[in-house]
Amino acid sequence: MSSKSMSLSIASPFDGMLALVFAAAFLGALVVGGRAVDGPMAVHAAIFALAFLTAAIFLGQRAVMANGAIATPETGYSDEVIKAGVISSVFWGIAGFLVGLMIALEMCFPDLSHGLPWINFGRLRPVHTSAVIFAFGGNVLISTSFYVVQRTCRTRLAGLIAPWFVFWGYQLFIVVAATGYVLGVTEAREYAEPEWYADIWLTVVWVVYLLVFLATLAKRKEPHIYVANWFYLAFIATVAVLHLVNNASLPVTIFGSKSYSAFAGVQDALTQWWYGHNAVGFFLTAGFLGIMYYFVPKRAERPVYSYRLSIVHFWALIFLYIWAGPHHLLYTALPEWAQTLGMTFSIMLWMPSWGGMINGLMTLSGAWDKLRTDPVLRMMVVAIAFYGMSTFEGPLMSIKTVNALSHYTEWGIGHVHSGSLGWVGYISMGALYCMVPWLWKRPRLYSLQLVNVHFWISTIGIVLYITSMWVGGILQGLMWRAYDNLGFLQYSFIETVEAMHPFYLIRALGGSLFLIGALIMAYNLWRTARGDERVETIATAPLKPAIA
Amino acid sequence: MAGKSPKIDSVTGVEIREHEWDGIQELDTPTPRWWLWVFLACCIWAVGYWVVMPAWPLPSGYTKGVIGWSQRANVVRDLADLAETRKPLESQLMTADLSDIEKNPAIFEFAVASGRAAFKENCAPCHGSGAQGALGYPNLNDDDWLWGGSLSAIQQTITHGIRNQDKESRFSEMPAFLRDGILTRAQVDDVVEYVTQISGQKADAAVAKRGAEVFGQNCVSCHGSDGRGDRSVGAPNLTDAIWLYGGDRASIRQTVSYARNSSMPSWASRLSPATIRALAVYVHSLGGGEPEIAAVPGPKAP
Repeated sequence: MSSKSMSLSIASPFDGMLALVFAAAFLGALVVGGRAVDGPMAVHAAIFALAFLTAAIFLGQRAVMANGAIATPETGYSDEVIKAGVISSVFWGIAGFLVGLMIALEMCFPDLSHGLPWINFGRLRPVHTSAVIFAFGGNVLISTSFYVVQRTCRTRLAGLIAPWFVFWGYQLFIVVAATGYVLGVTEAREYAEPEWYADIWLTVVWVVYLLVFLATLAKRKEPHIYVANWFYLAFIATVAVLHLVNNASLPVTIFGSKSYSAFAGVQDALTQWWYGHNAVGFFLTAGFLGIMYYFVPKRAERPVYSYRLSIVHFWALIFLYIWAGPHHLLYTALPEWAQTLGMTFSIMLWMPSWGGMINGLMTLSGAWDKLRTDPVLRMMVVAIAFYGMSTFEGPLMSIKTVNALSHYTEWGIGHVHSGSLGWVGYISMGALYCMVPWLWKRPRLYSLQLVNVHFWISTIGIVLYITSMWVGGILQGLMWRAYDNLGFLQYSFIETVEAMHPFYLIRALGGSLFLIGALIMAYNLWRTARGDERVETIATAPLKPAIA
Repeated sequence: MAGKSPKIDSVTGVEIREHEWDGIQELDTPTPRWWLWVFLACCIWAVGYWVVMPAWPLPSGYTKGVIGWSQRANVVRDLADLAETRKPLESQLMTADLSDIEKNPAIFEFAVASGRAAFKENCAPCHGSGAQGALGYPNLNDDDWLWGGSLSAIQQTITHGIRNQDKESRFSEMPAFLRDGILTRAQVDDVVEYVTQISGQKADAAVAKRGAEVFGQNCVSCHGSDGRGDRSVGAPNLTDAIWLYGGDRASIRQTVSYARNSSMPSWASRLSPATIRALAVYVHSLGGGEPEIAAVPGPKAP
């Protein structure tokens, strides 16, 4: 095992070989681009070709410079790739929030796109979802997992090129996905819209990611694997399976951007929601629980509340989550037995989800006073509270009678954003606030007061967002189902759309506050990385904690 | 383990486990009882639900549940119940004489409720959810009708529509006077000025006078010598302030030069006769409905 991981750390022979592989891939991309049957394919082939050429030149140069000499393995943790991940997380986060605000405004003012196809709602919506989930969330997950696995295994990340390949390969996937959406390329599979060639590329990147993570675990210097790594591993492995099954499709031609799914009808719908729901479960829940399990105890300087609870809730979560997808298809053509299973597994999932909340919150016992003085920790604790709230709301909405009211309404959007802005957003931002001083070796953040400002502006934004969508969604659901004693509907569809306008405005306001908060964070992190420290008197002497 | 006393966390009094990762330790707190009990309760409830409801797939079919509940059967039953509830009133609506419907409160209320719902689903996209109309789509709340505002006339319009493939659809075609070379640009300008004048707007009297001549030669066969229109050909009254495509000079010039001739679909194949009847009653009840024998000027349809 150790000789294998050693060989990964030796630079030159590997570089030369890889350079040749990338050169071949470059030529392949040129051929595909030259014979492309549609415009987007030509654009994407050019993007791939440029990326492969850059990689080939970079690696080739290294191989030549090394001139056969065997580089000595680097020591310490490999943090440069994590720094890159942090920067791209912030970049994609702001891009994704901005596009989110744009489409929120398009909901208020439908003519905002001025008839330009590239920025209409249908194309920008996947740009927003992919940017925030996969570009922002994905980069946070990759960079924190690289950070956490090294520290908790007390070993350097496996591979020299491989982690960088994961980073750059993932960015390439994001660029191809986003440009595709804008150009009208889509598989029309929610949260998995990129076409077949982007899917294949992501598969390659993800397998390397899994191997880097596994190889790092394998050469760990700790006898046991820390709980955060279980969650990261569950996230990486399951997302690989979900991605492969859901994206099974046949391209019309390898020179074109269009493919057809291997599934049809209700089987296709179920496959999509099995994927979609578990993207929530394993990407947005398991992965970010990994973040929580490292950064919360680390920041609070308290031991994790319960080891036993972490085992039980981990396995219960992993086992139950995977069955809950059909609750997205209640009252559809999906067989009734499948609907029942989707609903009951969602109810059983309630406590396993809450196990993470309990473990996160109770880890604060003995350190609650830190919430007064440390806005970063406060942000992460509020994230856990949002996690608890949305993992209660989820099972609630999966109950068929509740779903009959909530499904297809803005309530769903409110639910998703209490989870994504509150939980995923805040735990990620908390981790970013922790990691930047640690990675750039700064004594502290540039300004805790700015973190405080960010926290409050964003929290007000989240509250405006989710309450407007709750109230609006329930109103919408009630209007859709309102009928008189003879069964005649009371409202036309357009009347229910008109009724949403004020709620859409409030939502857009909430979203813009969240974006402003993120911009404040970006500024704060940038100044921190530069090594600036703002003179401020925030750290009042901690008050005596109440008798616990 | 033996001999080595466990470390105790001073805050919680719980044992700290041995391992440490990058400074992170774990307490040996037991899993909270309430958490376990609620989890267990959810699982027991789920098993109970599986017994009662359709739940698990089998090699052929699936477990049906002990109460025989079925979503599809429920929908079929609910729809049948609804049809049963509506049946008496619906048959009365169909058999009643059109002119009697408004005199019978029970049928009238049923027709208006049914018509309103059907209107919002089918007609609102063009005529607006309040039947207020839009540019090119007439307002149905007023008493200005293109093809007649009696119940039977409205029913006829809804059933077969206007200028469509339905053989019985209402039909007429205004010529595009400029494009088709019937009038010169100057003549169009003159007649526009005349129409502006007779609709009660400020106009240049000299120009309008020339326009009156053009109007007399080209427009009166449909719009009438007084410009008050003719419902038998859907020709609008030009002397009021109600305009389908706008009453300013530019709009009228566009209409005269290139014509409009918009259409309305035939609903006979899409809606049931009872629904169409209810729609006619609803539209008639909006405010502008006219009695069956309309006392309006102009020749009647044959």
